Amino acid sequence: MEVPILKQGAFLIATFQAALSDADLNQLRMALVQQVVKFRSRAVIVDVTAMDVMDSFASRTLREIALMIRLRGAETVIVGIQPEVAFAMVQLGLTLEGVATALDLEEGLAYLIQKFKNID
Amino acid sequence: MSKRESTSKDSGARSNPGVGLVRSEASSELLRELVAHLRQNRTQLREEWVVRISETRLLTAMTKEEIFAEATSVYDSYVEALETEAFEALQAYARNLSERIIPRGVETHEVVGIVLLLRDVLARSLFAKYQTDFKKLNRILDAYEPAANRIANTVAVGFVQERERVIRQQQEAIRELSTPVLQVRERLLILPIIGVIDPQRARQLTEQLLRGIRTNRAKVVVIDITGVAAMDVTVANHLVQTVEASRLLGATVIVTGLSPEIAQTLVTIGVDLGKMNTVGDLQGGIEQAERLLGYKVVTLAEPR
Repeated sequence: MEVPILKQGAFLIATFQAALSDADLNQLRMALVQQVVKFRSRAVIVDVTAMDVMDSFASRTLREIALMIRLRGAETVIVGIQPEVAFAMVQLGLTLEGVATALDLEEGLAYLIQKFKNID
Repeated sequence: MSKRESTSKDSGARSNPGVGLVRSEASSELLRELVAHLRQNRTQLREEWVVRISETRLLTAMTKEEIFAEATSVYDSYVEALETEAFEALQAYARNLSERIIPRGVETHEVVGIVLLLRDVLARSLFAKYQTDFKKLNRILDAYEPAANRIANTVAVGFVQERERVIRQQQEAIRELSTPVLQVRERLLILPIIGVIDPQRARQLTEQLLRGIRTNRAKVVVIDITGVAAMDVTVANHLVQTVEASRLLGATVIVTGLSPEIAQTLVTIGVDLGKMNTVGDLQGGIEQAERLLGYKVVTLAEPR
């Protein structure tokens, strides 16, 4: 199942559907980096609102996406982690350390706009 | 004489295997006779029972009319349980009765007491009726006693279960009330914690806070633990997890009011203090939160 990646100005938005397989996650990781290169995006927002469980593979993939995209000079923000999912994640020690997070898409965009305003 | 085994009609038999409910035909016959006697003399026996209840000063929380009304339905349920051996129905009745009388302040010993009084009143009337036929009296009692004991047991257990249910319900309500998540500014929540935190309360706290962050779209949370004297390693870890989970929802947590003991615990468990934003007291915490959110507090030139 392919994850749709939308372009919003200088940003890319990838919206997770529920229940992504490991193969889907790997495919997404490659696709996102390729798109960042192609569009010279400044940031990627990954929206995981629809995920009701987050296992260690998904969590690791999200971190890897952020690191790879940072190597291209772009920022990643993970948005929409549900309260129950967040709780379960920290109990498993999956803290997404070093990756920016925000409550939802609106907050994620606000964060990025603020950040780039300060830099520019 | 053919022996017909009849087992109890309901699953109550399975839950109480110690009481043999295998009855011979003769025994069932006796039980029917016994039940008929109790029904015929209902008015008189019930009256006797109510008198004994007030003599022993039970159910003082209830009025005479209430006692009479409840006595009537308990008597009928008692006799029906003897007849049908449907103890599940009796247990449901007991819980229902308990739901009504527990708020009135009726205690367990009172409920057990009145059921045992009824047992005695009915037994005495059997002695009176069969006093000339000792052998028959024995057989009647053989039929009566196990069932009567089962009834007393069932009612008592039903009552206690209902009390336990009420206690659990109240505990849950207290837990919820004792961890309020308060919004004091746009995007700023305060969670004042007072008292003892056990792992269960800590978990409930975290869930309530995360829900509050999402509902109020909070960007900063100040967790004040001035009112918490001590926490063990498990709870300290819960606190760290709460901070981390809040971050995943895009909120920054500031912890204020750490006592020296708690500070020691956190250092001992090796909390990465880089991850934990702490300020001395609540006032300082709110001021920092406001700075993070871009608020500035100024005094007006003239106080109103």
